[in-house]
Order: sequence, then C-alpha cells, then structure tokens
Amino acid sequence: MNTETGRHPGLNLGSGHAEAHGEAEALVFGFWVFMMSDLVTFGLLLATYVTMLDNLAGGPGPKDLFELKPVFIETLVLLTSSLTYGMAILSLKHDPGRRVQPVLAWLGLTLVLGLAFVAMEAKDLHALLAKGGAPQRSGFLSAFWALVPLHALHVTAAALWLMAIVAQVWRFGLDTPVKTALLRLGVLWHFLDVVWIAIISVVFLGGLA
Amino acid sequence: MTLSGFLDAALGRLDWNALPFWEMVAHPSASSIINGLIASGAAGVMVLGALVTVWALTRYSLWGALWRDWLTSLDHKKIGIMYIALAFVMLARALAEASVMRTQQAVGLGGGFLSPEHFGQLFSTHGTIMIFFMAMPFLTGVINFVMPLQIGARDVAFPLLNSVSLALTAAGAALVMASLLLTPFSIGGWSGYPPFTETGYSPDVGPDYWIWAVTLSSLGTTLAGMNFAVTIYKKRAPGMTMFRMPLFCWTALCVSILMIFAMPPLTLATSMLALDRYLDFHFFTNTGGGDPMLYANMFWLFGHPEVYILILPAFGVYSEVISTLSGKKLYGYTSLALATICIAVLSFTVWVHHFFTMGQSASLNAVFGIATMLIGIPTGVKVYDWMLTLYRGRVRLGVPMIYAAGFLMLFVIGGATGIVLANPSLDYVTHNTLFLVAHFHNMLIPGLLFGMLAAYAFWFPKAFGFRLEEKWGRRAAVSWIAGFILAFFPLYGLGLLGMPRRTVAFFEPAYLPFTLVALAGAGLVLFAFGCLVAQLVVSIRERERRRVPAGDPWDGRSLEWSIPAPAPEWNFAVLPKVETRDPFTEAKEQGRAYRSPEDYEDIGMPRNSAVGPIVGVAGFACAFGLVWYMWWLASLGALLGLGAMLARGFVRDTVRVIPAAEVRKAHEGWLAMVHATPRIPRHEENTPANLGHAIPASQEEQ
Repeated sequence: MNTETGRHPGLNLGSGHAEAHGEAEALVFGFWVFMMSDLVTFGLLLATYVTMLDNLAGGPGPKDLFELKPVFIETLVLLTSSLTYGMAILSLKHDPGRRVQPVLAWLGLTLVLGLAFVAMEAKDLHALLAKGGAPQRSGFLSAFWALVPLHALHVTAAALWLMAIVAQVWRFGLDTPVKTALLRLGVLWHFLDVVWIAIISVVFLGGLA
Repeated sequence: MTLSGFLDAALGRLDWNALPFWEMVAHPSASSIINGLIASGAAGVMVLGALVTVWALTRYSLWGALWRDWLTSLDHKKIGIMYIALAFVMLARALAEASVMRTQQAVGLGGGFLSPEHFGQLFSTHGTIMIFFMAMPFLTGVINFVMPLQIGARDVAFPLLNSVSLALTAAGAALVMASLLLTPFSIGGWSGYPPFTETGYSPDVGPDYWIWAVTLSSLGTTLAGMNFAVTIYKKRAPGMTMFRMPLFCWTALCVSILMIFAMPPLTLATSMLALDRYLDFHFFTNTGGGDPMLYANMFWLFGHPEVYILILPAFGVYSEVISTLSGKKLYGYTSLALATICIAVLSFTVWVHHFFTMGQSASLNAVFGIATMLIGIPTGVKVYDWMLTLYRGRVRLGVPMIYAAGFLMLFVIGGATGIVLANPSLDYVTHNTLFLVAHFHNMLIPGLLFGMLAAYAFWFPKAFGFRLEEKWGRRAAVSWIAGFILAFFPLYGLGLLGMPRRTVAFFEPAYLPFTLVALAGAGLVLFAFGCLVAQLVVSIRERERRRVPAGDPWDGRSLEWSIPAPAPEWNFAVLPKVETRDPFTEAKEQGRAYRSPEDYEDIGMPRNSAVGPIVGVAGFACAFGLVWYMWWLASLGALLGLGAMLARGFVRDTVRVIPAAEVRKAHEGWLAMVHATPRIPRHEENTPANLGHAIPASQEEQ
C-alpha cells in the first residue's frame, strides 16, 4: 500500500521518513475529510445568511453596520498568517540543521497574527453592538452572528491548538506526532482563510455593494 | 451568599416539580395520579435497573474488568459490541413506550388514560430514541465490528476517535434516560419543529433535553462517519480493491459519506434552535425576522439522507446473509454497489418531500416528487438482485434468512406506499395521518431493524465464539414479522380513514377495530423482544454446546470467517493478500484456507485510553448543566472535555507491541485445532457438531 503514488501530496515531513509518511497519510487524509464536514457547516451558514438578508424586522441592515476598512486589515492579517504558517512548514522540511528555532519563530509569528485577527474581530463585533447590531435584534443579525463569530471561534480554537503543539515541541522536540499535528493544523489554518474569503465576498463586499 | 442564593446557582431551574410523582402529590386528581404512576413506574424501573447493575458489578468485582476490558478499550470489535448493547437497552425502553401508546389508542375513543402532555412525551422520546439511540448505535456498532474484519484491517483508522464517538452517543442516550427521572422531555416530536419548540410555546426543559441529546449524538455520528470512510479508503488489506470489497463495506462507505455531509445540518439546526432558546436569537421564531421554514429545510436536509444512513447498512447485511445462506455468490454485485452509490447521491435531492404541504409552489413539489420516485429504481434493482441470488441457491432458513425473507416481502410493500406518498397531490390527502406513520415504520422495522437483528444472529459467533440458540431466535423472528404486520398494517387503514398522527384521543368509533388489532400487534412485538432476551440467556447458559472455535459456522465467504471465533485482538495474525471477491470461499474451494503463513511480524495495537469515557462524562455534564441552567456544571464539563483532548496530545506511548512469537503461538495453535476439527456439511449447521469448520458448498454437492 505504501507506494509513492499512495502518499498524500501535501506531506512535508523531513526526508527519509518513509514510516512517518505512511502514518501521516491516513491522519492528514482524515483531517481533510473532517474539513469537508466543516465546509458543509459554513456553507449552510452562508446560505442561511443569504436567505435571512431581508429579515431585518425594522432593524439595521448591512449598509448601516459594516465598514470595509477594518475588514480589509483583518484580511491582510489573516492571509499573512497563512504565509507565515507556510514558512514554518518549509523550515520544518528544509532547514539544513533540522533546527527547532526557525520553526518556532514562524509559528510564533503565525500565532501573533492569528490572535491579532481575533482581537480586531472582537473589536468590530463590539462596535456592531454599539450600533444596535445585537443578534437578538433581527433574523438577519442572528444569521450574521452565527456565521462571522463562528469563524473567529475557529481561529481561536486553531490558535489554542497551535499553542498546545508548541508546548509539545518544547517537551518532545520535533517528533513525528508534532509534525503530523502541524500538517493537520496547516490544513485547518488555510481552510479558515478560504472560509474568510467567502465571508468577505458574501457578507461584507456583497452587503456594501 | 445566602443559602437559597447558593442553591439557585447550584441547581439552576431544577426543583421538586421535576420529579415524575410531584404533580400527583401536589395536585391529586384521577388523571394526574394515573399519569404520575406510569411516569414514576418508568423512572423506578430505570433507577432499579441502574442499581441492580451497580450491585452486580460490585458483588462480582467487575468494575476493574469493565474499565480495563471495555470502557477504555480502543478495540473496534469491543466498541462495536458496546454500541450494540446500548442499542438493545434503548430498544427496550422505546418498545415499552410504544406499547403504552398503542394501549392508549386502543382505549382512546373519547379519552383514554394518558394526558396529552404525557402522550406527547411518549411519542417524542420513542422517536428520538429509536432513531438516534437505537438505530444509529446499532448500525454504527455493526459497521464497527464487521467492516474492518471484512476489509482485512486490524482496526479502524482512528481508534481513539472511535471511542470518543461511542462516548458522545452514550452521553446523549444517558441524557434522554435522565429525563425519565428529572422530567419533562420535549413534546415536540422527534423532529422538534419550531416555533412550537421555541421558548414562547415550550418554556420548560423538554426541548432542551431533546436539543442536547440529539446534538451529542450527531457529533458522535459525524466523527464515526469520518473514521469509517478513512478506514475504508486507507486501511484495506493488500489486493482488496474497492470492487473486491464485500457489499456490506460498500454500504458502510456510502453511509459514512452520508454521515459526513448530512450530520452538520442537524448539528446546526439544533444549535441554532439552542441559540434561539438560550440567547433570544431569531432564527426560527415567528417574530423578529425569524423563519421557521429554515428549520424545516435544514432538519430534512439531514433527515432524508438519515433515512438512507439507516437503511443502507441493512441492505449490506441482507446482501451478506442472502449470499452466504444460499451458498451462492451475490448476484449482480456491481449493480448492487452502483445502486448503493445512486441511492446515496439521490438521498440529498429529495428532502422537500417531508413538507410538501408547507407552502412552496406546485412545480417545486413536482421536482422533488419525481426525484423521490427515482429512488425506487436503484432500490428495485437491489430487490431483484437479492431474489436472483436466492434463485436456485441452497437456501437455509436460519434466523438471519427468516428476517431477510420477511424484509423482502414487507419492504416492497413499504416502498410502494412510499411511492404513493411521493406524489404531492396524494400526499396532501395523507400527510400528517397514520398512513405516514405506517409507511416509515414499514421501512424502518422490516428494513433497518430486521437487518440489524439478522446481523446480530449472523455475526454473534464471531464476536463471542458461540452460536445463538435457534429456537428462540426463530420464535423472535416470526413474532417480529407477524407483530409488525398486525401493529402497522391497520395504521394504513386508519390513515386513509383520516386519523391524524400524534393525537392522544379520537372520537370516531370506526377507528376502534383498527387500534385494537394494532394493540395486539404491539403485544406480539413485545413478545418477540422477550424471545430475544430468552434467546440470549439460553445461549449464554448453553454456550459450551454451541462453540465454533474454528470460526466459520455458516460457510462464510469473506475474510472475517477465515479467523478464529471469537476474533483475536489483532484480527489477522498476518494481513491477508486478496485476489478475488469472496476470497475465503475461493481459498476453501482451492484448498488454500487455514495455511500457516511464511512468517510472523510484531503487531502494534492501540493502548487503552481513558479519553473516551472522560469525554463522555464531560459531554453529559455539559449538556445536563445546559438543560437545567447549572452554568457551573456546563462550564466544568466543557473544560474537562477540552482538557482531556489537550492532555492526550502529550501522550506518546500509544501503541502496545505484541511480539511475533506470541502471535505465532496463538495462530499456530488455532490452525492445529482447526485441522483437528471435523468439517461439517450445511445440514448440521445448527447442531453441536458445528465447530466452525465448514465444507464449502461447492464440494458438498459432488
């Protein structure tokens, strides 16, 4: 079974780890499957949001509530965090001395960017409340609050997982479980970018157009 | 803080009114006393059952064994068995409820003895339990036990996740059981439609019990589906290509994919309902821009694929049973696999037929009606394939085959009534009547339940090493079939006479003969369940006469029959190399079965882990806290679950290595025993002569 073609193309383990590759194959594939399930969740929430667009119940709508500037900055922060995550995986694979520090540095930067995204998002949501945009106000706002904060919650959970992995690096070094965990977290991290692109396109750009 | 302030924070909204007998003590009347006695009796039976279990475990010092050998085990076979045990316990409760409902309707002309609320709780728990805590655990358990053995794997892809899935399902079941003692459960039916289940109409804890029980179950099922799909894609033995898999594995794969895609809509629907109820959101409310139709769409976007999650594994079981007990290879294997895929795809295109009458346009209804009728085509293909497998086979009427025969006839009738309901204009006449109730019971009892009971009889020897007793098994099977016919065919008549479903009483005397016959049917079904219990007791008592240590009691065709019974922890001493469909039959026919492998290797099996049980307890605590507004308990549960998962990341010693020498000793010993065991022909299958060493059907005829 463990042929070259059967291996997952996204694997970035160190060279000469045939056994780790075999083990990682099912793990990473399984995580992709899990992501598909999550994709259904976000897809349905986006569909819910679209069907609820007119259910304002006399409350504020997208044009009264949303601002593009903070969303633009958040997008840049989140996309940059994906770049730094990719750098962490590259240094995991290609660092000639198999050093831990570059990996940890990139991961640390990713974590900071992820948490910055969540903080900015929280500030936006707080501002939304001040503008009368509480989820209890209308069906439209309920749908918004189910979708956008759920994405932020995912980023928070991913950040928590990242911290747990960093603690494992500190305890065990870059062993195979850490590497496969990093591969899976990478799938989640980039997936959250994709979801965010869908959210800004439908919710923010669509709402303000 | 004052004492009452502390108690309020600690107990949330839990008070004396939650006890099932409180109402009859506080406000005694004929009705409250009758309903109170029934509810207290049910709660009493549950508490007694729990106490007897605890006593027995303590008396025979089995706590350690329970913890080590079962609860923390990551062996897919043991997890499968625990799923099935859970299903039987929940089946007992839901059957008891069904009997109470049938009794009520038999005397329900002009009143009866149950209050509408009590009746509402009965049909809501009955439906919720039967779907989420009987059918789902049963089929998940059978897939868990059988599928890895059939594809030649040593375990599922993610053994720990498997244990967590079971724990989440069990936590949901425990929550429904808790609602017996600390009442009330929802009266909103198994589908929990808002706006009725919103706070405005149902301010009590009932819908919250329902929401969190179903949410726990749906999370467990999503994870189980992922696990099975990855197992089938990645863990097949060398040479086991997709189109060499036994058909049961095809159905397991399609069911897993359905679980992955169909469970999130349910999790979302219940979560959004929870947001409405706990935080005053407006997803499904009448006011504030809510949209109850959104719930109907999301629920049935799950609900219709769910129907096929329930039925496809049974189709897989019937395929194995009919082929094996006819001594023939499965007719039309490829068409059966393709029909399974077709059904799985089509199942996502028909959900609107669950609410034809809820206001969409006639043309939209027509589209969904036609899509629904299309599903009849692949299903028809399957029925013909099974019949042609039986044709000119040497059919043995063992217990699994009796269920299969009952299924073939009754399922076609149920399918025909489904085609009737698929026609929107006819649906307008029959919707919300007992005709619908008769239809879906006609699909689920002969379809799903008979299939699972057939699987139970068929694979029991592989799990425990001895056959189940035949006489009680036949009594059970025949009583199930006859009981089902008596209990549900009258409901078609009642539906056509216009009797609405979910009504406690009726005022039309013409209904009475039908409800009386249905009561007799319910009695027979209860008898059938009693027969199953008797069968198990007799089988365990006489197990020494029924042992099949060689492992092949039914002249089986697939890999699971080529290993000892009970199956060893590692399943296969050496992973088999597969070159054909029905590999074990071919090996037996060519004299290649039971050969010593050239070499043995060390086998790594997953070590036990407490994470599953901990997540289960945490999930129950969190859900129970949310139901009763005990926020401290809910937070504690959530933190415990999260902590267990984070801590697991730091466990490195997860594999237990079984040395090659130990495997060799066990396997060579078994092979020597098999060679010393006489082979038996099929007519001795149900005699003590059957030690599990079969003469293949083709050689017997010569």
